[in-house]
Amino acid sequence: MTSIPSQESRTAGATSSIPVLPRLMNFLILIAIDVCVIWFLSRLVSLGYYPLAAAILIILVFVNVVLLLRPARPIRWMVIGLALMGLFVIYPIFFTVWVSFTNYGEGHLITKEQATDQILRAKYLPEAGKAYSWTAFKSPQGDYALWLVDADGNGYLAMVGEPLTQPQPGEAGVGELDEKGIPTTIEGYQKLNAIRAATDQNLTEILFGEEGKTIQVRSPSEAAELLPLYIYDPDRDAMISQETGITYQNIRGTFTAQNGTQLRPGFIESVRFTNFRDFFISPALRGPLVRIILWNFAFAFFSLVFNFALGLAIAIMFNDKFFPFKKVIRSLLIIPYTIPALITILIWRGMLNPELGVFDRMLESLFGWAPPWFTDQWWSKIAILIVNLWLSYPYFMLVCSGALQSISEDYYAAAQVDGASLWQQFWNITLPLLLVAVGPLLVASFTFNFNNFNLIYLFNQGLPPMAGTPTPAGHTDILISYVYNLAFSGNRGVNYGFASAITIVIFLFVGVITLFQFRFTNMWE
Amino acid sequence: MSSLTSIQGLRSSARAQRRFGIAMRLIIAAILIVFSIFPILWVISASFNPTGSLATQTLIPRNAGMGNYRELLNSGEIPFWTWFGNSIKIASITSVLALAITTAGAYAFSRFRFRGRQTMLKGILLINAFPALLALVATFLMISQFGDILPGIGLNSHVSLILVYLGTAMGINIWLMKGFLDTIPREIDEAARVEGASDWQIFTKLILPLLRPILIVIGILNYITAYGEFVLARVLLKTSEQFTLMVGLQIFTQAQFQQRWGVFAAGALIGALPIMIIYLALQDQIVGGLTQGAVKG
Repeated sequence: MTSIPSQESRTAGATSSIPVLPRLMNFLILIAIDVCVIWFLSRLVSLGYYPLAAAILIILVFVNVVLLLRPARPIRWMVIGLALMGLFVIYPIFFTVWVSFTNYGEGHLITKEQATDQILRAKYLPEAGKAYSWTAFKSPQGDYALWLVDADGNGYLAMVGEPLTQPQPGEAGVGELDEKGIPTTIEGYQKLNAIRAATDQNLTEILFGEEGKTIQVRSPSEAAELLPLYIYDPDRDAMISQETGITYQNIRGTFTAQNGTQLRPGFIESVRFTNFRDFFISPALRGPLVRIILWNFAFAFFSLVFNFALGLAIAIMFNDKFFPFKKVIRSLLIIPYTIPALITILIWRGMLNPELGVFDRMLESLFGWAPPWFTDQWWSKIAILIVNLWLSYPYFMLVCSGALQSISEDYYAAAQVDGASLWQQFWNITLPLLLVAVGPLLVASFTFNFNNFNLIYLFNQGLPPMAGTPTPAGHTDILISYVYNLAFSGNRGVNYGFASAITIVIFLFVGVITLFQFRFTNMWE
Repeated sequence: MSSLTSIQGLRSSARAQRRFGIAMRLIIAAILIVFSIFPILWVISASFNPTGSLATQTLIPRNAGMGNYRELLNSGEIPFWTWFGNSIKIASITSVLALAITTAGAYAFSRFRFRGRQTMLKGILLINAFPALLALVATFLMISQFGDILPGIGLNSHVSLILVYLGTAMGINIWLMKGFLDTIPREIDEAARVEGASDWQIFTKLILPLLRPILIVIGILNYITAYGEFVLARVLLKTSEQFTLMVGLQIFTQAQFQQRWGVFAAGALIGALPIMIIYLALQDQIVGGLTQGAVKG
């Protein structure tokens, strides 16, 4: 640590004299990137993706500061990595935290603005509303105009976004009227005959006339002045039906009437701690969740114990310089570890297939019975532990044989002088010293298995299913596969909010373990 | 005399005991080897089994043939080479870029002293301790929002998948690399600096060549991780021609696992082979990296 002052002075004093031209080039590239990102940002904002826009803005400012300010020079070496980490690791964590406090999910996928917009677009025909007969005109540009005749025979011209006018022939381009009081021509428009007008898909969608008093085609014979069905009352945060007078109160992101009828669509809204409360105390969820959590811990714990025990046993057995074929044996034993996990898990799924798989056919012919690996909850748990043992013991074998070689022979020599048995040597020398060396890796392996989604999902998708659960859950599901089902199994009702809340709980748990690992191992130099 | 023979007898009995011990251990080794390679042999056999279904398979197939391979590679119904090519492409690009990011970052952490250095190092490690899988929902929504603006970096694009993978490049491997860099004496840098070399020149001309062994290890582990990654690829990629091999195989097995076990076996073997070869060829280096805490997904 004595070298620190000299380095600091070096870093501070290292004013590299980059020539002007390359520096200008760098500067121009930075500006070009900034311009692109800002364009991207503006598009994000216009689509209403504010959280993502904010994240990108922060990262952009950070990158610019680092690249432009001299004291931040060392950070320049890692600015790309940090930017990517910010966007793809840190932002998703924050976003997950935010979602966990909302009802984001099935029926609540859009913002409140978008939802109220859609609801306010609904129209109704008031009893006192005026009805007209209509004739459609279309301009070559595709604009429409309507000629309306009311019950008294008065003619009106209706265009989009303008108030109704009552032009006489000759005014505003309106030509001579025929015997029904309809102009034969309107300048710039062409009259549509009744059949074309009735089959024109666009026509019924268009709101003619000025905002708030719009006129819409309702049938081939009638156009009517329609009023918005709902009015939004910001004070009560409610929609009020103009037709019936019923108030739809905003309850957890859905406008709901007293009798329970709801206005669709719902929207994303904060539900505070509801998701977390559901996780911890909802009686309907408690049954499956407690079982999932227990199995999650049991799975991670037993995986660790079995895999480590077998790996260690093998490492000790062959920890002998003069053992024949040592290299070949090791190569053959690490084969399971060299194959992508997905492939091996799928292979095991085939081999353990009841009736058809090799194991069951073999056991069947030997004993007349074979375990139901996929349909019985206990046997599927055992199967998962066996597959995981096969997948991971080579790792522990490698790690342990490395660590064993670093234990000094002197300890064993001293123990032998004292007359310690091999068993005593193992418990009192080998194991404690080994645990010091591989302890961090054991903790990491525990957290890895705690979230070992691949194995659970690929082997049996968490099945067999638990009976009578409010959301789909299986006996071999661990928390993370349960989260995956909640968020991505579209046909069973996605619930991003609740999924994110569980994610946060796992986050906290894994974080505590990791901090513990940092604390009690010498990872900090 | 008698004492001498007794010592000899003792010695030979010790030797016999040792021989017995080795024989026992060889037997155990044989059992373990059967346990560890049986599934592989089984899959090899399945891939040559002409009937191709799970039910009819025996360890040594009758009428062994290449039918499954032909069906996999030539039938046109399974875009195997496309998937395989996608996997190789994504894994290669990810591995190289991640290595560059990791190395440059580790170099800064090892060679410069700046405020917040320790905090940043710890922070990076802590943040990456959260498995990327947990933020799956958020990542998915973010990428789909990207796609609303630029489809090229949205869902179903390889670019977005690679970017997401690169997000974890500033991860635990930075520690491994930094540890390795710390063992390279600073005097080398100082000497070059006196000669007037810039930081960048020192890094590329002096340090990188010295880093070669660790670069190979981390590069390969990156490659293997990206090649075998399944969940993010499964969620972000939508159409068959964009799938990676892992996603393709998984979706294939969902539909026709039992009837077309042989075709799956052939695909699994071809898919696993490159990684297996790399691993076995470089096992000493990789094992060295693993024991120092490098990670493989």
